[in-house]
Amino acid sequence: MTIELANITKRFGAFAALDGVDLTVADGELLALLGPSGSGKTTLLRIIAGLDWPDGGTVAFDGENALARGAGERQVGFVFQHYALFRHMSVFENVAFGMRVQPRAIRKDEAGIHARVKELLDLVQLDWLADRYPGQLSGGQRQRIALARALATAPRILLLDEPFGALDAKVRKELRRWLRALHQEINVTSVFVTHDQEEALEVANRVVVMDKGRIEQVGTPGEIYDEPATAFVHGFIGESIVLPVNVAEGRVWIGDQPLNIAAPNVGGPSKLYVRRHDLRVGSESVGLRGAVRHVRAFGAIQRADIAVRTGGGETVIEIDTPRDQPLRAGETVELHPRRYRIFAD
Amino acid sequence: MSESAIQFYPERATARSEPWLARAIIIGLTMLFLTVFVVLPLAIVFVQAFSHGAGAYFAALTEPESLSAIRLTLAVAAISVGLNLMFGLIAAWAIAKFEFRGKSVLVTLIDLPFSVSPVIAGLVFVLLFGAQGTLGPWLQRHDIQILFAVPGIALATTFVTFPFVSRALIPLMQEQGTLEEEAALSLGASGLQTFFRVTLPNIKWGVLYGVLLCNARAMGEFGAVSVVSGHIRGETNTMPLLVEILYNEYQFVAAFAVASLLALLALVTLVAKTVLERHLDQGRQTRDD
Repeated sequence: MTIELANITKRFGAFAALDGVDLTVADGELLALLGPSGSGKTTLLRIIAGLDWPDGGTVAFDGENALARGAGERQVGFVFQHYALFRHMSVFENVAFGMRVQPRAIRKDEAGIHARVKELLDLVQLDWLADRYPGQLSGGQRQRIALARALATAPRILLLDEPFGALDAKVRKELRRWLRALHQEINVTSVFVTHDQEEALEVANRVVVMDKGRIEQVGTPGEIYDEPATAFVHGFIGESIVLPVNVAEGRVWIGDQPLNIAAPNVGGPSKLYVRRHDLRVGSESVGLRGAVRHVRAFGAIQRADIAVRTGGGETVIEIDTPRDQPLRAGETVELHPRRYRIFAD
Repeated sequence: MSESAIQFYPERATARSEPWLARAIIIGLTMLFLTVFVVLPLAIVFVQAFSHGAGAYFAALTEPESLSAIRLTLAVAAISVGLNLMFGLIAAWAIAKFEFRGKSVLVTLIDLPFSVSPVIAGLVFVLLFGAQGTLGPWLQRHDIQILFAVPGIALATTFVTFPFVSRALIPLMQEQGTLEEEAALSLGASGLQTFFRVTLPNIKWGVLYGVLLCNARAMGEFGAVSVVSGHIRGETNTMPLLVEILYNEYQFVAAFAVASLLALLALVTLVAKTVLERHLDQGRQTRDD
């Protein structure tokens, strides 16, 4: 099942939650919507599910207009951030719910429902919890029951809102791996929302980075990390060192010092983005240098604060270097960005 | 630190521990007050009712007038509880699950029957449906009897007891939010299925609680009913009205016999209320959050 979203807009009062979003999700894909809170990622997920309606734009499943159908008719499984399990029903009844409310003509008989619930509880490895109530389960168990409930009627699309958001770090790591494995097993088109970049990069086949109701970049985890398309993506994913520069006369300037690095086509005040591990000390000079302020050593690396003279004054950046290349406070060092990006302001 | 160095101060178990005398006085005063003002009057009702023996008690209750009052009270309670259950559910649903203009006005209006004296509530219906009232002439022309008949009594009772069900449900439904309903809808349930399978089971103890209080008040209502009933013997007298009439006619055994039924209702309500409150608390504790 492919999902095609075109020019989706959604406003809440004066706030534009989604501002012209286009996105295609391929069949069998595991896609992450990644962004800070308020970026519109959950609104987009709810629009796909039919829990919210867009103000403008189209949603199509396999080319068929999905907006003409209500949430219950879209064959979409939705896992809520706080699970929203039915508190007055046992785990068994929670999972069986989707089958019990089906029209009589296609509803399974009692034996069929029992078999399917058992199959799903086996799938999430919680068959021994069938008679418990949601209030008696741990967070991780509720999460998996919510997933089993969403899968009960064999949905064509699985949507998960912050699936690991409410769990502690250890359970979260386990469930991430488990969700990936599960997706490989059932191979249903899946979209999940997260604000955790590590989670998105580790679990998804493809990542959509969103900010302020717009899509900033779509790509594989590798592309997102190595070739961030915008300043926002570079700053949001991984650790970035940011230096104010100026692009003029085909060169990059930091303060009044020209840098010996390739300049982008666009000129004017810009920012130089470098990953921390891509900024090396010593070896060759490109004209970027700074004064070592403070050095702290731990483990195999030492971390140094370095003051770089920039246009308006100085910018203090933090870099990591190997221990066998000792730095002393007060000395001036050459900095060499192995990989970098320049984005106009 | 050696074990012998540890000292205990049992008389100072908490910082708030008052001397025993102060405690005894506080607890004693409370007990005395409750006994004199609550337990004693209730006991006297039963003592007076049985003062001429069980035979006289049951004879008084099986008088045609008494039976008619009991029947009328039950019928009026059934009608007004039924109506208020329906409207209370709808109102609570609207207030707890939707955002709309004028919501705060609606919340205030729901409480109006509590702040208006029941006598005034009754008078309002007289002004509305009475012979000199706004709708009176039209009703007379169509031969519809509302005042001094069952419809008027039921209307006045419904008005006075309106807030109970919605008041019990609004905070409960607000606390539960709409997530479970959304989950049910996305799992393919229809609106009705969602209501009967998800919403209603989640609020059932709250509904019972509201119905219980509503029923107790409906059966006991005096002021509003007194104004609209017309006190027609054997026809429009409810139990509280009959108690007053019998009392004024010095038929003390009969008056207290009927009153004892109302007192019994109060006791049953009290026990049921305690049980329901326990269920409501448990529901809150095992909340899925």
